[in-house]
Amino acid sequence: MSNEKGRILKISVLKYNPQVKEDKPKIVTYELEEAPGMTLFIALNEIRQHQDNSLKFDFVCRAGICGSCSMLINGKPGLACRALTSKMDADITLAPLPVFELIGDLSVFTGKWMSGMNDRLETWIHEKEEEEKACSCDTIEETMDPDLSDEIYELDRCIECGCCVAGCGTIVMRENFVGAVGLNKIARYAIDPRDKREDADYYDLIGDEDGIFGCMSLMGCEDVCPKDLPLQSKIAYMRRKMVAMKDK
Amino acid sequence: MKITYTDVLVVGGGLAGLRAATGVKERGHDCILLTLVPPKRSHSAAAQGGMQASLGNSIKGEGDNEDVHFEDTVKGSDWGCDQKVARIFTNTAPKAIRQLAQWGVPWTRVRRGDREVVINAKKVTITEKDEAHGLINARDFGGTKKWRTCYTSDGTGHSMLFAMDNKAHEDKIEVRERMEAMAIIHENGRCYGAVARNLMTGELVAYIAKSTIIATGGYGRIYKVSTNAVICQGMGQAIALETGVATLGNMEAIQFHPTAIVPVGILTTEGCRGDGGLLTDVDGYRFMPDYEPEKKELASRDVVSRRMVEHMRKGKGVKSRYGDHLWLDITILGREHIEKNLREVKEICESFLGIDPAVDPIPVRPTQHYSMGGIRTDYRGESQTMKGLFSCGEAACWDMHGFNRLGGNSVAETVVSGMLVAEYVSDYCESKDSDIDLHISVIESFLNKEKEKLNFLIKPKEKAEDAYELRAKMEDIMMDDVGIFRNGEDLQKAVTELEELLVRSKNIVVKCKTLTANPELFNAYRTQRMLKLALCVALGALQRTESRGAHSREDYPERNDKDFLNRTITTWKNENDTLPTISYEEINIDEMELPPGFRGYGKDMTITNPKSEKRQNEVDKIKEKLEDEGKDRFEIQEALMPFRDMLPDVYQGKNERLYEKFTKDVK
Repeated sequence: MSNEKGRILKISVLKYNPQVKEDKPKIVTYELEEAPGMTLFIALNEIRQHQDNSLKFDFVCRAGICGSCSMLINGKPGLACRALTSKMDADITLAPLPVFELIGDLSVFTGKWMSGMNDRLETWIHEKEEEEKACSCDTIEETMDPDLSDEIYELDRCIECGCCVAGCGTIVMRENFVGAVGLNKIARYAIDPRDKREDADYYDLIGDEDGIFGCMSLMGCEDVCPKDLPLQSKIAYMRRKMVAMKDK
Repeated sequence: MKITYTDVLVVGGGLAGLRAATGVKERGHDCILLTLVPPKRSHSAAAQGGMQASLGNSIKGEGDNEDVHFEDTVKGSDWGCDQKVARIFTNTAPKAIRQLAQWGVPWTRVRRGDREVVINAKKVTITEKDEAHGLINARDFGGTKKWRTCYTSDGTGHSMLFAMDNKAHEDKIEVRERMEAMAIIHENGRCYGAVARNLMTGELVAYIAKSTIIATGGYGRIYKVSTNAVICQGMGQAIALETGVATLGNMEAIQFHPTAIVPVGILTTEGCRGDGGLLTDVDGYRFMPDYEPEKKELASRDVVSRRMVEHMRKGKGVKSRYGDHLWLDITILGREHIEKNLREVKEICESFLGIDPAVDPIPVRPTQHYSMGGIRTDYRGESQTMKGLFSCGEAACWDMHGFNRLGGNSVAETVVSGMLVAEYVSDYCESKDSDIDLHISVIESFLNKEKEKLNFLIKPKEKAEDAYELRAKMEDIMMDDVGIFRNGEDLQKAVTELEELLVRSKNIVVKCKTLTANPELFNAYRTQRMLKLALCVALGALQRTESRGAHSREDYPERNDKDFLNRTITTWKNENDTLPTISYEEINIDEMELPPGFRGYGKDMTITNPKSEKRQNEVDKIKEKLEDEGKDRFEIQEALMPFRDMLPDVYQGKNERLYEKFTKDVK
């Protein structure tokens, strides 16, 4: 059984180290034998270990839940850790996610972009003034409708992998666009009764063309979201809300 | 020479590190947090099933309180834990979860009325009370008397981590991503911060701080197959060990989770079994009731893992090209339940196995999962031997898990220890003891030493060694010889071979010579450090000639309370040593609230300590007397093992429940 020969995979990687002045972007192709159940996580680590020690890429959980390993897989943004090679042609092309700052090869600085987005959109629960400052954690928690908490969790499942940003048409024209990831976050807080912000507050954050009115509705984001978040309906929901604000 | 000063340096951006950072910040201290990856990608995100806190909202949790949680935790630890720490923990967990609810975690909530659940392979209807509607729900987990594990679907760690990181954004915590702590700066038994390396540019920076908190998680990656994220390499423990001053505790206490998928070792949550999933063998036979008639699939993790291995050794495993495995069958739960409450499990099955868990059983095998051991600290999170060095979360051994951790107690520990340690650290920072009087030349020498080590790694050598090869060998040794079942012969072999590898690792040569972003370079120095940790685990396991919790010796199957009711303390005395130095710290039975007894699995094989019976009699007498006097459970507890004064003032309050309310004046 284990003697079966696997296919020979040809994995072409866009390599470039911006830290090295004389380096130029180039495509490097690595060949390796496919193993059963092989993912790009396994394949890339094998290449790094046996063929090219310098190859840079990011994996953390390798289970599809942390969002570190997003890259362009045959041109489409996706999580490399759960990309099974058996589902792909033997020729595989990998490139770093566009938009984000390149660290080297397949490694990009999504963390910096996401952190900036979180600061800009203030993606945290805004309590009323100082009312909750003292620890009131000894008393029974506030209730929440079970369906509502499920609904919030549905949007809270975003892993900030950056695929939606890399798959976004708008961001190519507007570099300050908050992306589906940002708009989804606002939708998440807008339905959360613990957040005391009102529509006017959200309008200040996303009521312009770098926000909700910039989206061209191409919906590449929803196509590539590895968590299948309802980005289309949530962007539409926020747009309706924000249009209503504009008319006020 | 680049030096940055701050009040508190936090190393690690998971739940524990973030919670500690926000805590010290709220007390008014400056704080810088170093992390290998964006905090939201930390391994905390992988906690699926839930967080234990005795809220008792669900009907199946009714009657739960700190006492029951405490007892479960101590029994789960096989009496290896520090009972005062377990008390501190169980008292604070309800506060931590309620605070997280305020900060935005969308905990799954109780719904009033009838609900169908699966208990012991049967569908049962339970009825939730009206007054519990909308409060935080809980599910069943292994080794617990009540349904206590609060959850958000099976993305609990993810939603907690995101809420916590968002809170850190709100509090404007300075987070430095892709920074690796390389060495602890210390002098005369006092920690002054750390040398860190920028993983993108290679720059070395000295961070000087009044106190340093290590919250870098576990060291599961010394094993070939682990549920842990690839960054869980124990570097926090390793740099503490390399000071030669700070100590590590119980390094041999390694947990194997019963249900990781085969072959890649990705976890499927204990919630699968908590919600009613079954373990079956090659014949489709449910075997756990034969071994553990009472708790069945929901025995403690160490017990279930051992029973699974035993069953496979009887030839009942399913053969595969990746070795034997068993099945986790959750089909009985139905598609709707799986798609709502076990959706990560479903995604993992689809992506990595190509199966639908609502239809097919999942191939599983016990796999390295959790490090009970870590940087040995007191209950305040401070190293017992180095002032100013603190640790919390999985990185630490303060020690609430002893030799086996209960499912759901680790994410709970991260936030609880983070919030407590933040208070103790703040107290320390506000005291004279934390004044810094350090000559700049000391900082310089630590920086230079790291620079030299890196340069030495890329230098050509006569007998050049390959770090990847040494690491692979180490991972195999740990898998084969320091696994679920251990014996003296294999462990001795492991120690000898690991020691050889450590010696060889001094000659590692990194082929890719850049000192900037260079994955081969960090793999090289981390391999050297992981080898030291592996030796701590293997030697600790060899010298602990008993079986306790997850540490199971085939040649010493008894739990030996006479000689081993203690904590293993490991140091690395001299830089050139090739083995760690091991000593033991006694656990005092005379102070225990719950004296050692039988855990209730298999047959009782304890070599008892005469002190246990004596203490039990004392405890019984005190209880009887106070009960007769009409004292409440808090007063009785206080008489047995006082702990409340150990808590920071802000967390000393009693926790309310639907069935337990207090008037405001009580502490």
